[in-house]
Amino acid sequence: MLEVSNLSLAFGDLVLADDMSFRLNTGQTHVIIGPNGTGKSSLLKTLFGDIRPQKGSIQFSGEVFNVKNVTQWRRQFGYMPQDIRLDVGLSVLEVVLLGQLNALSLKLGDSLLEEALFALEQIGLVSLANQDVRTLSGGQCQMVLFAQALMRKPKILMLDEPVSALDLHFQQVMLNHLDQQTKANGWVSLMILHDLNLAAQYADNLLVLKGGRLVAQGAPADILTPQLIKDVYGVNVDIEFDGGGVPFVRTHRFSGQAGIHSNTSQIKAVS
Amino acid sequence: MATTHIINEAIKAQRDHEKRRWVVIGGVLFVLVLSFILDIATGPSMLRVGEVTNALLSRIGVPIEVSRTTDVIVTNLRLPIALMALIVGGSLGVGGAEMQTLLNNPMASPYTLGMAAAAGFGAALMLYLGGLGLNAQLAVPIGAFVCCMISASLLFGLAMLRHITSGQLILAGIALLFLFQSLLSLVQFVSSPELSQQILFWLFGSLTKANWTNVAITCVVTVICVAVLLRDSWKLTALRLGEERAKSLGVNVARLRLKTLIIVAIMTATATSFVGIIGFIGIVAPNIARMLVGEDQRFFLPLSFLIGAFLLSSASVLSKTIVPGALFPIGIVTAIIGVPFFFWLIINKRR
Repeated sequence: MLEVSNLSLAFGDLVLADDMSFRLNTGQTHVIIGPNGTGKSSLLKTLFGDIRPQKGSIQFSGEVFNVKNVTQWRRQFGYMPQDIRLDVGLSVLEVVLLGQLNALSLKLGDSLLEEALFALEQIGLVSLANQDVRTLSGGQCQMVLFAQALMRKPKILMLDEPVSALDLHFQQVMLNHLDQQTKANGWVSLMILHDLNLAAQYADNLLVLKGGRLVAQGAPADILTPQLIKDVYGVNVDIEFDGGGVPFVRTHRFSGQAGIHSNTSQIKAVS
Repeated sequence: MATTHIINEAIKAQRDHEKRRWVVIGGVLFVLVLSFILDIATGPSMLRVGEVTNALLSRIGVPIEVSRTTDVIVTNLRLPIALMALIVGGSLGVGGAEMQTLLNNPMASPYTLGMAAAAGFGAALMLYLGGLGLNAQLAVPIGAFVCCMISASLLFGLAMLRHITSGQLILAGIALLFLFQSLLSLVQFVSSPELSQQILFWLFGSLTKANWTNVAITCVVTVICVAVLLRDSWKLTALRLGEERAKSLGVNVARLRLKTLIIVAIMTATATSFVGIIGFIGIVAPNIARMLVGEDQRFFLPLSFLIGAFLLSSASVLSKTIVPGALFPIGIVTAIIGVPFFFWLIINKRR
């Protein structure tokens, strides 16, 4: 279990986390949603130990993060940052191999190559293995970086908007594979998504962030309400449920006011 | 079963890819040996390539009869210079390759970051001060080395700050380049015409100062530095994916950056202090290497060395043969070859 307690993080006047606490269970997919600029990516970087919070503690299965154990701490993570550009003279296979950086030596063994190719094969990308990454599309780069993150054999997998460049097919391939692996290997998977319907379909646990506060947390079916969406995004939606009880967020052509959703006063924090 | 087949095919393709890179490295090594032999053969008294080869073979123990004169010319006069060309060219190539990797910019090199200018200033200052009681042969390289390391330390200081970007480091390096160039001009301005002439000659860069002692020093420093860099080759490859991603793969970016900067500074300072300023090899060699083998540092790094060595070695041949009987300063020759290539590189990038 990844446990965050009383986390406070601010850049100057901009408060990104205000006494925030939550727990993320192993074997589950956790999805963060929330408006732009609300500190979702900064939260991931904080968990990774790249940004120092003003206050609070982070621990994973008994180990508390501190500045001294940062190398060891990061070894448990597969972390896929938001940026998906790959402008380097390497093949897809070589980029995926870098996921196992500590195991690489001057002579590359067959077993590591097989492992990397297997990771690519599982997400339907093995045919690109020997291609130069500079020839790939944005979506293909994103899948390659996902394979690289899997190659890390993480205990905690953090993905920052992993489907932002993916077509419908690869969105499903990635999230489905992630879900299976998370459950099979007992990972803590944490990702940021903007598509509320994908979030509703794949999240075991949904975290709704706004203005430095965790305004709602729980199973999508339990917490997604038109009022919550209205409070968080300032947008009117209807919420329907499909046969399996998964909520579906139906949007309408925008008739609200730009800027209204920055009003945080009515939001009640859950802790 | 089908999957195993695809995976085996991909592994084979990767191995073929690696083999092709070895072939490229072998090819460059071959032309390097040719230019090395030509470098020894050319000079005031032209030797035949066969003679040179025999003399070299007899040196390494092959029982071949070589005339006494040839042996003296080859071993005592030309071999140190030709070896110096290889080692210095190679270390400049590797220095450029790692600066470009570190700063994520194909135009970076120890030269563009002011390290060479700082060395030039150090040498000029020593000439101006009359060597501070040491003899000039010793004082000038020491001055060059010390100033080069001082300028690099300013970069180290910046590199150690948290959250400094590579772009900011490049800007700082270029600022240092201007600073040391101005200081150098200042020294020249206050010097007597004769001294100014001496300074200018040092700045041109010349391999003729090579002797067995400084060849040995440069060689030992270069071998150690390159070996240390090679050990980090995968981390350096990861760095080219971007600093944030390198961090996400477990690389301690700040530490790797500092370590690599220090190694490159030591290599550059050593090479520059013995041969003066030699421009462009640091930029040109890694860019050719990148085009030939990509950016897997296990191949990119050694090939940058070989191409740098080849460029300086062939520049050395040219410097002796452009005007028969006269020796052109090698720094001038490399810049004249380097500039057209630089332009071609820029035009090629835009496509």
